[in-house]
Amino acid sequence: MLTGIRRRVRAALPSGPMRIRWRSPIRGPWLTSVLGFVLLCALPVVIVTGLLDWVAYGSGAIPSDVAGLHLPRFDWPTRPAWLFRLTQGLHVGLGIVLVPVVLAKLWSVIPKLFARPDRNLLKLAERATLVLLVGGILFEIVTGLLNIQYDYVFGFSFYAAHYVGAWVFIAGFVLHVALKLPTMVRGLRSRSFRNELRTPLAETRPEPPGELVAPEPDPATMSRRGALAVVGGGSLLLAALTVGQTVDSLRPTALLLPRGRTAPGDFPVNRTFAASGIDAQAVGGVWRLGLGNVRFTRDELLALPQHTAALPIACVEGWSIQQTWTGVRLRDLAALAGTPAPTGALVRSVEDGPFARASLTAGQVLHPDSLLALRVNGADLTPDHGYPARVIVPALPGVHCTKWVRTIEFAA
Amino acid sequence: MTAVRWVGVLGCVALGGYAATILLRDPTLHSSIPWMLAWFAGALLLHDLVLFPLYAAADRALALLPATRVPLVNHVRLPLLGAGLTLLVYLPGIIRQGEPVVLGASGLDQGPFLARWLWLVLAMTAVSALVWAVRVTRRSAADG
Repeated sequence: MLTGIRRRVRAALPSGPMRIRWRSPIRGPWLTSVLGFVLLCALPVVIVTGLLDWVAYGSGAIPSDVAGLHLPRFDWPTRPAWLFRLTQGLHVGLGIVLVPVVLAKLWSVIPKLFARPDRNLLKLAERATLVLLVGGILFEIVTGLLNIQYDYVFGFSFYAAHYVGAWVFIAGFVLHVALKLPTMVRGLRSRSFRNELRTPLAETRPEPPGELVAPEPDPATMSRRGALAVVGGGSLLLAALTVGQTVDSLRPTALLLPRGRTAPGDFPVNRTFAASGIDAQAVGGVWRLGLGNVRFTRDELLALPQHTAALPIACVEGWSIQQTWTGVRLRDLAALAGTPAPTGALVRSVEDGPFARASLTAGQVLHPDSLLALRVNGADLTPDHGYPARVIVPALPGVHCTKWVRTIEFAA
Repeated sequence: MTAVRWVGVLGCVALGGYAATILLRDPTLHSSIPWMLAWFAGALLLHDLVLFPLYAAADRALALLPATRVPLVNHVRLPLLGAGLTLLVYLPGIIRQGEPVVLGASGLDQGPFLARWLWLVLAMTAVSALVWAVRVTRRSAADG
Protein backbone atom coordinates (compact mmCIF):
# COMPACT_ATOMS: atom_id res chain seq x y z
CA MET A 1 0.00 0.00 0.00
CA LEU A 2 2.85 2.34 0.93
CA THR A 3 4.38 1.90 -2.50
CA GLY A 4 1.04 2.85 -4.03
CA ILE A 5 0.88 6.10 -2.06
CA ARG A 6 4.47 6.90 -2.89
CA ARG A 7 3.80 6.34 -6.59
CA ARG A 8 0.76 8.58 -6.51
CA VAL A 9 2.63 11.32 -4.64
CA ARG A 10 5.50 11.12 -7.12
CA ALA A 11 3.06 11.37 -10.01
CA ALA A 12 1.52 14.52 -8.50
CA LEU A 13 4.89 16.25 -8.13
CA PRO A 14 6.50 17.92 -11.14
CA SER A 15 9.19 15.75 -12.66
CA GLY A 16 12.75 16.90 -12.13
CA PRO A 17 13.52 20.08 -10.17
CA MET A 18 10.56 22.20 -9.07
CA ARG A 19 9.61 24.54 -11.92
CA ILE A 20 7.88 27.82 -11.25
CA ARG A 21 7.14 30.10 -14.16
CA TRP A 22 8.39 33.52 -13.13
CA ARG A 23 6.34 36.08 -14.99
CA SER A 24 7.64 39.55 -14.20
CA PRO A 25 9.37 41.09 -17.23
CA ILE A 26 11.14 43.71 -15.11
CA ARG A 27 12.79 41.40 -12.61
CA GLY A 28 16.50 41.33 -13.34
CA PRO A 29 20.00 42.23 -12.12
CA TRP A 30 19.60 45.98 -12.81
CA LEU A 31 16.46 46.40 -10.70
CA THR A 32 17.89 44.22 -7.91
CA SER A 33 21.13 46.24 -7.98
CA VAL A 34 19.30 49.57 -7.68
CA LEU A 35 17.35 48.30 -4.65
CA GLY A 36 20.53 46.75 -3.25
CA PHE A 37 22.38 50.03 -3.66
CA VAL A 38 19.71 51.92 -1.71
CA LEU A 39 19.92 49.37 1.12
CA LEU A 40 23.72 49.40 1.04
CA CYS A 41 23.68 53.17 1.61
CA ALA A 42 20.89 53.29 4.19
CA LEU A 43 21.20 50.13 6.29
CA PRO A 44 24.60 51.07 7.77
CA VAL A 45 22.92 54.22 9.16
CA VAL A 46 20.23 52.08 10.81
CA ILE A 47 22.87 49.68 12.15
CA VAL A 48 25.18 52.37 13.56
CA THR A 49 22.39 54.44 15.13
CA GLY A 50 21.05 51.24 16.70
CA LEU A 51 24.43 50.35 18.17
CA LEU A 52 24.82 53.96 19.36
CA ASP A 53 21.58 53.56 21.26
CA TRP A 54 23.26 50.83 23.30
CA VAL A 55 26.14 53.24 24.09
CA ALA A 56 23.68 56.03 24.97
CA TYR A 57 22.18 53.80 27.67
CA GLY A 58 25.59 53.97 29.38
CA SER A 59 26.09 51.67 32.34
CA GLY A 60 22.38 50.80 32.19
CA ALA A 61 22.67 49.27 28.70
CA ILE A 62 20.55 46.22 27.97
CA PRO A 63 21.68 43.53 27.43
CA SER A 64 24.49 44.40 29.83
CA ASP A 65 26.96 41.67 28.84
CA VAL A 66 27.28 41.68 25.04
CA ALA A 67 30.51 39.66 24.83
CA GLY A 68 32.45 42.58 23.37
CA LEU A 69 30.01 42.99 20.46
CA HIS A 70 29.46 46.73 20.78
CA LEU A 71 30.80 50.04 19.53
CA PRO A 72 33.66 51.41 21.63
CA ARG A 73 32.12 52.66 24.87
CA PHE A 74 32.29 56.38 25.47
CA ASP A 75 30.51 58.77 27.80
CA TRP A 76 27.35 59.70 25.90
CA PRO A 77 27.64 63.44 25.19
CA THR A 78 25.22 66.08 26.45
CA ARG A 79 25.83 68.36 23.45
CA PRO A 80 23.97 68.79 21.21
CA ALA A 81 20.87 68.29 23.35
CA TRP A 82 19.05 66.77 20.37
CA LEU A 83 21.69 64.08 19.79
CA PHE A 84 19.62 61.11 21.00
CA ARG A 85 16.55 62.59 19.37
CA LEU A 86 18.46 62.46 16.09
CA THR A 87 20.15 59.05 16.42
CA GLN A 88 17.10 57.21 17.70
CA GLY A 89 14.70 59.07 15.43
CA LEU A 90 16.88 58.05 12.48
CA HIS A 91 17.14 54.44 13.67
CA VAL A 92 13.39 53.99 13.97
CA GLY A 93 12.31 56.36 11.18
CA LEU A 94 14.76 55.11 8.57
CA GLY A 95 14.10 51.53 9.68
CA ILE A 96 10.40 51.99 8.90
CA VAL A 97 11.02 53.84 5.64
CA LEU A 98 13.22 50.99 4.40
CA VAL A 99 10.53 48.32 4.89
CA PRO A 100 9.18 48.68 1.31
CA VAL A 101 12.72 48.62 -0.09
CA VAL A 102 13.55 45.44 1.83
CA LEU A 103 10.32 43.77 0.67
CA ALA A 104 10.96 44.85 -2.94
CA LYS A 105 14.54 43.59 -2.78
CA LEU A 106 13.32 40.22 -1.50
CA TRP A 107 10.70 40.11 -4.28
CA SER A 108 13.37 40.88 -6.84
CA VAL A 109 15.55 37.91 -5.88
CA ILE A 110 12.91 35.41 -4.81
CA PRO A 111 13.38 33.09 -7.82
CA LYS A 112 16.72 32.19 -6.25
CA LEU A 113 14.95 30.84 -3.18
CA PHE A 114 13.30 28.22 -5.35
CA ALA A 115 16.34 27.54 -7.56
CA ARG A 116 17.90 24.09 -7.53
CA PRO A 117 20.65 23.78 -4.88
CA ASP A 118 24.15 23.95 -6.25
CA ARG A 119 26.39 20.89 -6.01
CA ASN A 120 29.36 23.09 -5.12
CA LEU A 121 29.80 22.96 -1.34
CA LEU A 122 31.08 26.56 -1.09
CA LYS A 123 28.11 27.92 -3.02
CA LEU A 124 25.76 25.88 -0.83
CA ALA A 125 27.40 27.30 2.29
CA GLU A 126 27.19 30.85 0.96
CA ARG A 127 23.53 30.29 0.19
CA ALA A 128 22.94 28.98 3.72
CA THR A 129 24.31 32.22 5.21
CA LEU A 130 21.37 34.02 3.57
CA VAL A 131 19.35 32.67 6.50
CA LEU A 132 21.30 35.08 8.73
CA LEU A 133 20.86 37.94 6.26
CA VAL A 134 17.17 37.58 5.43
CA GLY A 135 16.06 36.04 8.73
CA GLY A 136 18.08 38.70 10.54
CA ILE A 137 16.53 41.69 8.79
CA LEU A 138 12.98 40.31 8.97
CA PHE A 139 13.42 39.53 12.68
CA GLU A 140 14.74 43.06 13.31
CA ILE A 141 11.87 44.64 11.36
CA VAL A 142 9.22 42.56 13.13
CA THR A 143 10.57 43.01 16.67
CA GLY A 144 11.30 46.70 16.07
CA LEU A 145 7.85 47.46 14.67
CA LEU A 146 6.16 45.61 17.52
CA ASN A 147 8.26 47.39 20.14
CA ILE A 148 7.53 50.91 18.93
CA GLN A 149 3.84 50.04 19.10
CA TYR A 150 4.18 48.51 22.60
CA ASP A 151 2.98 45.11 21.33
CA TYR A 152 4.93 42.53 23.33
CA VAL A 153 3.16 39.54 21.81
CA PHE A 154 6.54 37.82 21.38
CA GLY A 155 6.94 37.53 25.13
CA PHE A 156 10.76 37.70 25.28
CA SER A 157 13.10 40.58 26.10
CA PHE A 158 12.91 43.01 23.20
CA TYR A 159 16.28 44.54 24.02
CA ALA A 160 18.16 41.23 24.08
CA ALA A 161 16.41 39.84 21.01
CA HIS A 162 16.79 43.00 18.91
CA TYR A 163 20.45 43.39 19.89
CA VAL A 164 21.43 39.78 19.15
CA GLY A 165 19.29 39.80 15.99
CA ALA A 166 21.19 42.89 14.87
CA TRP A 167 24.55 41.16 15.13
CA VAL A 168 23.24 38.05 13.37
CA PHE A 169 22.03 40.35 10.59
CA ILE A 170 25.33 42.26 10.51
CA ALA A 171 27.18 38.94 10.05
CA GLY A 172 25.00 38.05 7.08
CA PHE A 173 25.05 41.59 5.68
CA VAL A 174 28.83 42.02 5.68
CA LEU A 175 29.37 38.72 3.89
CA HIS A 176 26.57 39.42 1.42
CA VAL A 177 28.03 42.83 0.53
CA ALA A 178 31.51 41.34 0.17
CA LEU A 179 30.25 38.60 -2.14
CA LYS A 180 27.77 40.63 -4.16
CA LEU A 181 29.35 44.08 -4.46
CA PRO A 182 30.89 43.28 -7.89
CA THR A 183 27.55 41.84 -9.06
CA MET A 184 25.77 44.99 -7.92
CA VAL A 185 28.25 47.29 -9.66
CA ARG A 186 27.93 45.22 -12.87
CA GLY A 187 24.14 45.34 -12.55
CA LEU A 188 24.08 49.12 -12.07
CA ARG A 189 26.37 49.60 -15.07
CA SER A 190 24.34 47.27 -17.28
CA ARG A 191 21.72 49.94 -17.97
CA SER A 192 21.66 53.71 -17.80
CA PHE A 193 19.63 54.93 -14.83
CA ARG A 194 18.73 58.09 -16.73
CA ASN A 195 17.47 56.10 -19.72
CA GLU A 196 15.36 53.89 -17.44
CA LEU A 197 13.72 57.01 -16.03
CA ARG A 198 12.80 57.96 -19.60
CA THR A 199 11.49 54.52 -20.59
CA PRO A 200 7.69 54.31 -20.51
CA LEU A 201 5.68 51.14 -20.11
CA ALA A 202 5.21 50.67 -23.84
CA GLU A 203 8.96 50.41 -24.35
CA THR A 204 9.74 48.30 -21.28
CA ARG A 205 11.51 45.09 -22.30
CA PRO A 206 13.06 42.37 -20.12
CA GLU A 207 16.74 42.58 -19.31
CA PRO A 208 19.00 40.34 -21.47
CA PRO A 209 18.69 36.63 -20.57
CA GLY A 210 20.58 35.79 -17.42
CA GLU A 211 20.24 35.40 -13.69
CA LEU A 212 16.84 36.51 -12.26
CA VAL A 213 15.49 37.33 -15.75
CA ALA A 214 12.31 35.39 -16.55
CA PRO A 215 12.77 33.26 -19.68
CA GLU A 216 9.08 33.44 -20.61
CA PRO A 217 7.77 36.67 -19.07
CA ASP A 218 4.26 38.07 -19.28
CA PRO A 219 3.78 41.42 -21.04
CA ALA A 220 4.83 44.35 -18.85
CA THR A 221 2.12 46.04 -16.78
CA MET A 222 4.60 48.39 -15.12
CA SER A 223 7.82 50.02 -16.29
CA ARG A 224 11.04 49.82 -14.28
CA ARG A 225 10.72 53.48 -13.40
CA GLY A 226 7.15 52.75 -12.35
CA ALA A 227 8.29 49.93 -10.07
CA LEU A 228 10.92 52.18 -8.48
CA ALA A 229 8.30 54.88 -8.05
CA VAL A 230 5.98 52.39 -6.32
CA VAL A 231 8.73 51.38 -3.88
CA GLY A 232 9.75 55.00 -3.32
CA GLY A 233 6.11 55.97 -2.94
CA GLY A 234 5.65 53.26 -0.30
CA SER A 235 8.66 54.63 1.57
CA LEU A 236 7.32 58.18 1.31
CA LEU A 237 3.92 57.05 2.57
CA LEU A 238 5.52 55.41 5.63
CA ALA A 239 7.76 58.45 6.15
CA ALA A 240 4.72 60.74 6.11
CA LEU A 241 2.96 58.50 8.64
CA THR A 242 6.02 58.32 10.93
CA VAL A 243 7.77 61.70 10.93
CA GLY A 244 5.13 63.15 13.26
CA GLN A 245 6.63 60.99 16.03
CA THR A 246 9.66 63.28 16.06
CA VAL A 247 8.65 66.62 14.55
CA ASP A 248 6.51 68.54 17.03
CA SER A 249 4.49 70.52 14.48
CA LEU A 250 3.61 67.39 12.47
CA ARG A 251 2.54 65.27 15.46
CA PRO A 252 -1.03 64.46 14.27
CA THR A 253 0.25 63.16 10.91
CA ALA A 254 1.55 60.04 12.67
CA LEU A 255 -1.99 58.76 12.15
CA LEU A 256 -1.42 55.12 12.97
CA LEU A 257 1.27 55.31 15.66
CA PRO A 258 0.68 55.63 19.41
CA ARG A 259 2.88 58.75 19.42
CA GLY A 260 0.69 60.62 16.97
CA ARG A 261 -1.87 60.92 19.74
CA THR A 262 -1.66 63.20 22.74
CA ALA A 263 -4.23 63.99 25.38
CA PRO A 264 -5.57 67.54 24.88
CA GLY A 265 -3.24 70.16 26.34
CA ASP A 266 -0.61 67.56 27.20
CA PHE A 267 2.53 66.08 25.66
CA PRO A 268 3.40 62.37 25.47
CA VAL A 269 4.74 60.27 28.33
CA ASN A 270 6.26 56.82 28.23
CA ARG A 271 4.86 55.69 31.56
CA THR A 272 1.72 56.98 33.23
CA PHE A 273 1.46 57.56 36.95
CA ALA A 274 -1.25 54.91 37.09
CA ALA A 275 1.06 52.36 35.42
CA SER A 276 3.89 53.13 37.85
CA GLY A 277 1.88 51.63 40.69
CA ILE A 278 3.06 54.38 43.02
CA ASP A 279 0.90 55.11 46.06
CA ALA A 280 -0.36 58.69 45.66
CA GLN A 281 0.56 59.41 49.30
CA ALA A 282 4.23 58.61 48.63
CA VAL A 283 4.46 61.60 46.27
CA GLY A 284 2.20 63.83 48.38
CA GLY A 285 3.05 65.94 51.44
CA VAL A 286 5.31 63.29 52.97
CA TRP A 287 7.60 63.23 49.94
CA ARG A 288 11.20 64.26 50.50
CA LEU A 289 14.14 64.29 48.10
CA GLY A 290 17.06 62.42 49.68
CA LEU A 291 20.61 63.50 48.82
CA GLY A 292 22.65 61.27 51.10
CA ASN A 293 22.08 62.70 54.57
CA VAL A 294 20.33 65.84 53.32
CA ARG A 295 16.57 65.87 52.69
CA PHE A 296 14.44 68.46 50.93
CA THR A 297 10.74 69.10 50.75
CA ARG A 298 9.37 70.23 47.41
CA ASP A 299 8.91 73.79 48.70
CA GLU A 300 12.54 73.86 49.81
CA LEU A 301 13.57 72.76 46.33
CA LEU A 302 11.41 75.50 44.80
CA ALA A 303 13.16 78.04 47.05
CA LEU A 304 16.56 77.10 45.57
CA PRO A 305 17.86 78.95 42.47
CA GLN A 306 15.74 77.79 39.52
CA HIS A 307 16.97 77.26 35.98
CA THR A 308 14.88 76.94 32.83
CA ALA A 309 15.94 74.97 29.75
CA ALA A 310 14.24 73.81 26.55
CA LEU A 311 15.14 70.13 26.28
CA PRO A 312 13.80 67.18 24.32
CA ILE A 313 12.42 63.99 25.74
CA ALA A 314 13.48 61.29 23.29
CA CYS A 315 12.59 57.63 23.68
CA VAL A 316 13.92 54.38 22.35
CA GLU A 317 10.67 53.95 20.39
CA GLY A 318 11.88 56.77 18.18
CA TRP A 319 9.44 59.46 19.32
CA SER A 320 10.61 62.73 20.82
CA ILE A 321 9.31 66.14 21.80
CA GLN A 322 10.85 69.35 23.11
CA GLN A 323 9.48 71.09 26.22
CA THR A 324 10.56 73.89 28.55
CA TRP A 325 11.62 72.57 31.93
CA THR A 326 12.28 74.50 35.14
CA GLY A 327 13.99 73.18 38.25
CA VAL A 328 17.19 72.95 40.25
CA ARG A 329 20.47 72.28 38.48
CA LEU A 330 21.82 68.83 39.30
CA ARG A 331 25.26 70.34 39.88
CA ASP A 332 23.77 72.71 42.49
CA LEU A 333 22.22 69.70 44.23
CA ALA A 334 25.59 67.93 44.08
CA ALA A 335 27.21 70.90 45.81
CA LEU A 336 24.45 70.90 48.46
CA ALA A 337 25.07 67.20 49.02
CA GLY A 338 28.74 67.98 49.70
CA THR A 339 30.07 66.59 46.40
CA PRO A 340 30.78 69.67 44.24
CA ALA A 341 32.87 67.62 41.78
CA PRO A 342 30.89 64.37 41.41
CA THR A 343 32.12 61.52 39.23
CA GLY A 344 28.56 60.44 38.56
CA ALA A 345 25.17 59.96 40.18
CA LEU A 346 22.62 57.26 40.84
CA VAL A 347 19.02 58.44 40.64
CA ARG A 348 16.26 56.34 42.22
CA SER A 349 12.54 56.67 41.73
CA VAL A 350 9.72 56.17 44.19
CA GLU A 351 8.62 53.55 41.65
CA ASP A 352 9.83 49.95 41.75
CA GLY A 353 10.87 48.32 38.52
CA PRO A 354 13.59 47.84 35.93
CA PHE A 355 13.69 51.50 34.85
CA ALA A 356 13.17 53.01 38.29
CA ARG A 357 16.84 53.88 38.62
CA ALA A 358 19.43 55.46 36.33
CA SER A 359 23.13 56.17 36.43
CA LEU A 360 24.39 59.50 35.20
CA THR A 361 27.95 60.31 34.16
CA ALA A 362 29.89 63.29 35.53
CA GLY A 363 29.25 65.16 32.29
CA GLN A 364 25.52 64.54 32.56
CA VAL A 365 25.40 65.79 36.17
CA LEU A 366 27.52 68.88 35.55
CA HIS A 367 25.87 70.16 32.35
CA PRO A 368 24.30 73.55 33.14
CA ASP A 369 20.96 72.44 31.64
CA SER A 370 20.79 69.16 33.58
CA LEU A 371 17.90 69.59 35.97
CA LEU A 372 15.86 68.08 38.67
CA ALA A 373 12.76 69.54 37.05
CA LEU A 374 9.83 70.65 39.22
CA ARG A 375 7.86 72.47 36.55
CA VAL A 376 7.28 72.15 32.82
CA ASN A 377 6.00 74.85 30.45
CA GLY A 378 5.41 77.19 33.40
CA ALA A 379 3.21 74.83 35.43
CA ASP A 380 3.90 72.23 38.11
CA LEU A 381 4.69 68.77 36.75
CA THR A 382 1.60 66.58 36.51
CA PRO A 383 1.72 63.11 38.11
CA ASP A 384 2.17 61.57 34.63
CA HIS A 385 5.19 63.80 34.00
CA GLY A 386 6.86 62.87 37.27
CA TYR A 387 5.48 65.11 40.06
CA PRO A 388 6.98 66.01 42.53
CA ALA A 389 10.32 66.03 40.65
CA ARG A 390 11.97 64.38 37.67
CA VAL A 391 15.38 64.35 36.06
CA ILE A 392 15.89 65.93 32.65
CA VAL A 393 19.34 65.82 31.05
CA PRO A 394 20.36 66.95 27.55
CA ALA A 395 20.62 64.06 25.03
CA LEU A 396 19.91 61.42 27.68
CA PRO A 397 17.54 58.63 26.56
CA GLY A 398 14.10 59.39 27.98
CA VAL A 399 13.96 56.18 29.96
CA HIS A 400 16.87 57.42 32.09
CA CYS A 401 15.25 60.79 32.77
CA THR A 402 13.82 59.28 35.94
CA LYS A 403 10.38 60.43 37.09
CA TRP A 404 9.04 60.58 40.68
CA VAL A 405 12.63 60.92 41.94
CA ARG A 406 13.19 59.74 45.53
CA THR A 407 16.96 59.91 46.00
CA ILE A 408 20.05 61.06 44.17
CA GLU A 409 23.41 59.68 45.28
CA PHE A 410 26.30 61.71 43.93
CA ALA A 411 29.55 59.72 43.70
CA ALA A 412 32.57 61.59 44.99
CA MET B 1 39.88 32.98 -4.11
CA THR B 2 37.99 29.90 -2.92
CA ALA B 3 39.93 29.98 0.34
CA VAL B 4 39.06 33.64 0.89
CA ARG B 5 35.39 32.90 0.27
CA TRP B 6 35.47 30.01 2.74
CA VAL B 7 37.01 32.34 5.32
CA GLY B 8 34.16 34.76 4.66
CA VAL B 9 31.47 32.11 5.11
CA LEU B 10 33.07 30.72 8.27
CA GLY B 11 33.60 34.24 9.65
CA CYS B 12 29.94 35.07 9.02
CA VAL B 13 28.69 31.91 10.74
CA ALA B 14 31.17 32.42 13.60
CA LEU B 15 30.03 36.01 14.19
CA GLY B 16 26.35 35.03 14.05
CA GLY B 17 26.96 32.13 16.44
CA TYR B 18 29.08 34.25 18.75
CA ALA B 19 26.35 36.92 18.86
CA ALA B 20 23.92 34.22 19.97
CA THR B 21 26.16 33.50 22.99
CA ILE B 22 25.06 36.89 24.39
CA LEU B 23 21.82 35.08 25.22
CA LEU B 24 23.73 32.38 27.10
CA ARG B 25 25.48 34.91 29.33
CA ASP B 26 22.27 35.98 31.03
CA PRO B 27 20.52 33.04 32.74
CA THR B 28 17.23 34.95 32.80
CA LEU B 29 17.18 34.82 29.00
CA HIS B 30 17.72 31.06 28.68
CA SER B 31 14.05 30.15 28.72
CA SER B 32 13.37 32.68 25.92
CA ILE B 33 15.90 31.24 23.48
CA PRO B 34 13.51 28.71 21.86
CA TRP B 35 10.94 31.48 21.37
CA MET B 36 13.48 33.82 19.83
CA LEU B 37 14.57 31.05 17.44
CA ALA B 38 10.93 30.36 16.62
CA TRP B 39 10.31 34.03 15.81
CA PHE B 40 13.49 34.21 13.75
CA ALA B 41 12.53 31.17 11.70
CA GLY B 42 8.89 32.25 11.70
CA ALA B 43 9.67 35.67 10.23
CA LEU B 44 11.63 33.99 7.43
CA LEU B 45 9.06 31.29 6.69
CA LEU B 46 6.10 33.67 6.92
CA HIS B 47 7.69 36.02 4.42
CA ASP B 48 8.91 33.38 1.96
CA LEU B 49 6.13 30.82 2.15
CA VAL B 50 3.07 32.85 3.15
CA LEU B 51 3.41 36.58 2.40
CA PHE B 52 5.15 36.17 -0.95
CA PRO B 53 2.77 33.49 -2.35
CA LEU B 54 -0.20 35.51 -1.09
CA TYR B 55 0.77 38.77 -2.73
CA ALA B 56 1.98 37.00 -5.86
CA ALA B 57 -1.41 35.25 -6.12
CA ALA B 58 -3.24 38.52 -5.51
CA ASP B 59 -1.19 40.12 -8.26
CA ARG B 60 -1.99 37.22 -10.61
CA ALA B 61 -5.67 37.78 -9.87
CA LEU B 62 -5.35 41.31 -11.30
CA ALA B 63 -5.18 39.64 -14.73
CA LEU B 64 -8.89 38.86 -14.28
CA LEU B 65 -9.78 42.57 -14.33
CA PRO B 66 -11.91 43.53 -17.33
CA ALA B 67 -9.97 45.00 -20.25
CA THR B 68 -10.47 48.75 -20.40
CA ARG B 69 -9.02 51.39 -22.70
CA VAL B 70 -6.95 52.69 -19.82
CA PRO B 71 -5.81 49.51 -18.06
CA LEU B 72 -7.22 49.15 -14.55
CA VAL B 73 -4.38 46.98 -13.27
CA ASN B 74 -2.17 49.62 -11.62
CA HIS B 75 -5.15 51.58 -10.38
CA VAL B 76 -6.16 48.53 -8.37
CA ARG B 77 -2.63 47.37 -7.59
CA LEU B 78 -1.41 50.61 -6.00
CA PRO B 79 -4.17 51.15 -3.42
CA LEU B 80 -3.94 47.45 -2.57
CA LEU B 81 -0.17 47.76 -2.03
CA GLY B 82 -0.66 50.87 0.09
CA ALA B 83 -3.34 49.17 2.17
CA GLY B 84 -1.24 46.02 2.62
CA LEU B 85 1.93 47.92 3.50
CA THR B 86 0.28 50.16 6.09
CA LEU B 87 -1.59 47.18 7.54
CA LEU B 88 1.66 45.22 7.94
CA VAL B 89 3.62 48.07 9.50
CA TYR B 90 0.94 49.47 11.80
CA LEU B 91 -0.87 46.18 12.54
CA PRO B 92 -0.76 46.30 16.37
CA GLY B 93 -2.71 49.56 16.58
CA ILE B 94 -5.17 48.57 13.86
CA ILE B 95 -6.09 45.23 15.46
CA ARG B 96 -5.72 46.67 19.00
CA GLN B 97 -3.04 44.27 20.11
CA GLY B 98 -1.05 45.18 23.22
CA GLU B 99 -3.57 47.81 24.33
CA PRO B 100 -2.90 47.50 28.10
CA VAL B 101 0.78 48.33 27.54
CA VAL B 102 -0.06 51.24 25.21
CA LEU B 103 -2.44 52.52 27.86
CA GLY B 104 0.19 52.20 30.61
CA ALA B 105 2.81 53.88 28.46
CA SER B 106 0.86 56.73 26.91
CA GLY B 107 -2.40 56.96 28.85
CA LEU B 108 -4.24 56.63 25.53
CA ASP B 109 -5.98 53.64 23.92
CA GLN B 110 -5.78 52.27 20.38
CA GLY B 111 -9.40 53.13 19.60
CA PRO B 112 -9.01 55.41 16.56
CA PHE B 113 -6.47 53.40 14.57
CA LEU B 114 -8.75 50.96 12.72
CA ALA B 115 -11.07 53.73 11.52
CA ARG B 116 -8.11 55.90 10.54
CA TRP B 117 -6.59 53.04 8.54
CA LEU B 118 -9.88 52.38 6.78
CA TRP B 119 -10.16 56.08 5.89
CA LEU B 120 -6.60 56.01 4.59
CA VAL B 121 -7.38 52.98 2.40
CA LEU B 122 -10.55 54.68 1.19
CA ALA B 123 -8.60 57.84 0.35
CA MET B 124 -5.95 55.90 -1.59
CA THR B 125 -8.67 54.00 -3.47
CA ALA B 126 -10.57 57.20 -4.25
CA VAL B 127 -7.47 59.02 -5.52
CA SER B 128 -6.55 56.05 -7.69
CA ALA B 129 -10.10 55.81 -9.10
CA LEU B 130 -10.15 59.55 -9.74
CA VAL B 131 -6.84 59.45 -11.62
CA TRP B 132 -8.18 56.54 -13.69
CA ALA B 133 -11.35 58.47 -14.53
CA VAL B 134 -9.31 61.51 -15.57
CA ARG B 135 -7.10 59.33 -17.78
CA VAL B 136 -10.16 57.72 -19.39
CA THR B 137 -11.67 61.14 -20.10
CA ARG B 138 -8.44 62.48 -21.59
CA ARG B 139 -7.98 59.33 -23.70
CA SER B 140 -11.55 59.69 -24.99
CA ALA B 141 -10.99 63.37 -25.75
CA ALA B 142 -7.74 62.56 -27.56
CA ASP B 143 -9.43 59.80 -29.59
CA GLY B 144 -12.57 61.87 -30.00
